Amino acid sequence: MKKSNDLYEVFLRSIRGVDHRHVGSLHADTAEQALTYARDCYTRRSEGVSIWVVKSTDITASQEQDAQSFYDPMDDKPYRHASFYVLPDEVNNM
Amino acid sequence: MSDSEQAVFDRRIEAEQKIEPKDWMPADYRKNLIRQMSQHAHSEVIGMQPEGNWISRAPSLKRKMVLLAKVQDEGGHGLYLYSATETLNVTRDEMNEALHSGKAKYASIFNYPALSWADVGAIGWLVDGAAIVNQISLQGTSYGPYSRAMIRICKEESFHQRQGYEIMVVLAKGTAMQKAMAQDALNRIWWPSLMMFGPHDSESAHSGRSMQWKIKRRTNDDLRQSFIDQTVPQIKFLGLELPDPDIKWNEQRGHYDSGEIDWDEFKRVISGDGPCNRDRLRHHKKADGDGQWVRDALHAYHSKKDAVSAA
Amino acid sequence: MNNLSNNALYHYLIGMADDALVLGQRTSEWCSRGPFLEEDIALSNVALDYVGRARMFYQYAADVEGLGRTEDELAYFRDEREFTNLLINELPNFDFAFSMVRQYFLDVNACLYLEKLSLSSDQHLSEIAAKAVKESRYHLKRSRTWLVQLGQGTEESNRRMQSAIDELWGYTPEMFIMTEAEASLLATQVSVDRKDLQQQWSATVTADVQEANLQIPDQQWQVVGGRDGDHSEHLGHLLAHMQILQRSYPGLEW
Repeated sequence: MKKSNDLYEVFLRSIRGVDHRHVGSLHADTAEQALTYARDCYTRRSEGVSIWVVKSTDITASQEQDAQSFYDPMDDKPYRHASFYVLPDEVNNM
Repeated sequence: MSDSEQAVFDRRIEAEQKIEPKDWMPADYRKNLIRQMSQHAHSEVIGMQPEGNWISRAPSLKRKMVLLAKVQDEGGHGLYLYSATETLNVTRDEMNEALHSGKAKYASIFNYPALSWADVGAIGWLVDGAAIVNQISLQGTSYGPYSRAMIRICKEESFHQRQGYEIMVVLAKGTAMQKAMAQDALNRIWWPSLMMFGPHDSESAHSGRSMQWKIKRRTNDDLRQSFIDQTVPQIKFLGLELPDPDIKWNEQRGHYDSGEIDWDEFKRVISGDGPCNRDRLRHHKKADGDGQWVRDALHAYHSKKDAVSAA
Repeated sequence: MNNLSNNALYHYLIGMADDALVLGQRTSEWCSRGPFLEEDIALSNVALDYVGRARMFYQYAADVEGLGRTEDELAYFRDEREFTNLLINELPNFDFAFSMVRQYFLDVNACLYLEKLSLSSDQHLSEIAAKAVKESRYHLKRSRTWLVQLGQGTEESNRRMQSAIDELWGYTPEMFIMTEAEASLLATQVSVDRKDLQQQWSATVTADVQEANLQIPDQQWQVVGGRDGDHSEHLGHLLAHMQILQRSYPGLEW
């Protein structure tokens, strides 16, 4: 028998139209139970309209040592950012 | 040739970047964090007891609801902090064991009893007030999960202090008996609240290192002074007597001067000999022990379910 | 009190208010004593729902009574004999199994009852019920899950749950007794006929208890009297705690 139950990561969508955001974790034996406790523990002030729970061990995370090959190639594409383009002052708010 | 891990870490700290769970960090940084964060989590959970002691006796249904919600929040904050600490590869069970064995500490204020309804007010006002001063500065702590938990907690905690002060306002404006009750609570809880900020900077064992690593952002004495400065006018507004005759505005410093804390008492309580240390631990251990069969049953139930669905 | 039907409504409301307050008070005793932190926090939410419910019923009762009494005067200045809650609500939290079985029995009933009460011809009452039934559905989801998990968990948890069911069973018939006040409000469709719910309650509970590897006891004992102010000895202690400050210093603001 397991000594301790699983750790679940909790994600909340605070209002319709925004992304789910990581808010913390909790212990539970099943995803269903994790969802119930997430409601009680992380939405006491009605912070959420939607909750995701994910078993912490099911998350595959990028490693620090991979960071260079992962993100560095993205560094040299400033043309993807709006600030790359200089527009006349008269044309603001674009 | 890439930089050493230590150099990367140092540069991050220097540049005010957060350290995240998967990042390399010095073993001592991790150890220091676990000590401080788990102590913080335990404080929230043990802190449920003195006020919880008054839920059944709250003098109106409204106060009962507010107090219950508040004490429940403390449990919630404990959960946020345990959860943040678990990102450092320490389990909740291990933290609990450390609490029960006395290896891990919690804020010494909770080793004082809540003896009257006014104590509920004074705890919310002073203890939560002191905690908020500390926690606001900790929002800027260098460890990401700790900082995020602090931001969440600070957002929720402003109601805690206000409900406490509101209780004090009602009592201070009430009958002579109620005012005396408020004064007595202030007198008893004032000094332990000041002790919450820890020993003087010159005496603090962990302070230097923690400041360097930006785990702590302001020193104990600095935070304590902020608390005194913000609280003295609040005491005056209540029309209560100052709990320390040495409190005096110092024009030159731009701060209130105040009397010396009884550090012998501080050490006594921290090392386990306060009025309620034994009660607090006994209560926590009993709840933990009484819940063992429930947790066992849950694991057994779900292990059986897993076995069935695997077959 | 201006007339007979108001008098009946007052008593009807007080009964429901007392039910909610006494169970809320009991459930709040779990705060800082739960079997683990997540459950501790969840139990406080249940307690908060009940205290909130009590306040709505007391406030309405005070309005109906029309004597200018407040919710707190109704809660803090009536004695044991004047409290008309169900006996099952006042029993202590002997262990977690006991509290969860009690909660489960009451939740099944609350869902059935409040659903009907939300159709009451009394608009205020129907609004309170509509809010409360949402809470109770969530409570039932929790307590039913606990029933099954603990019934099917370990030998010890099964034994504790069975003994809780055995001890609580005789307190359940009281849920279906109609007081005079309630009965008199049936014709105008203000109240709900509790007797109509008994069969569905039994069917649901029997099925769930079986699923949990537990048994419905065959013995037919029952204890009633709460609605008439005939309580167990436990209520007095609960009230003594709850009312101490208001009784010691009457008339003060807190």
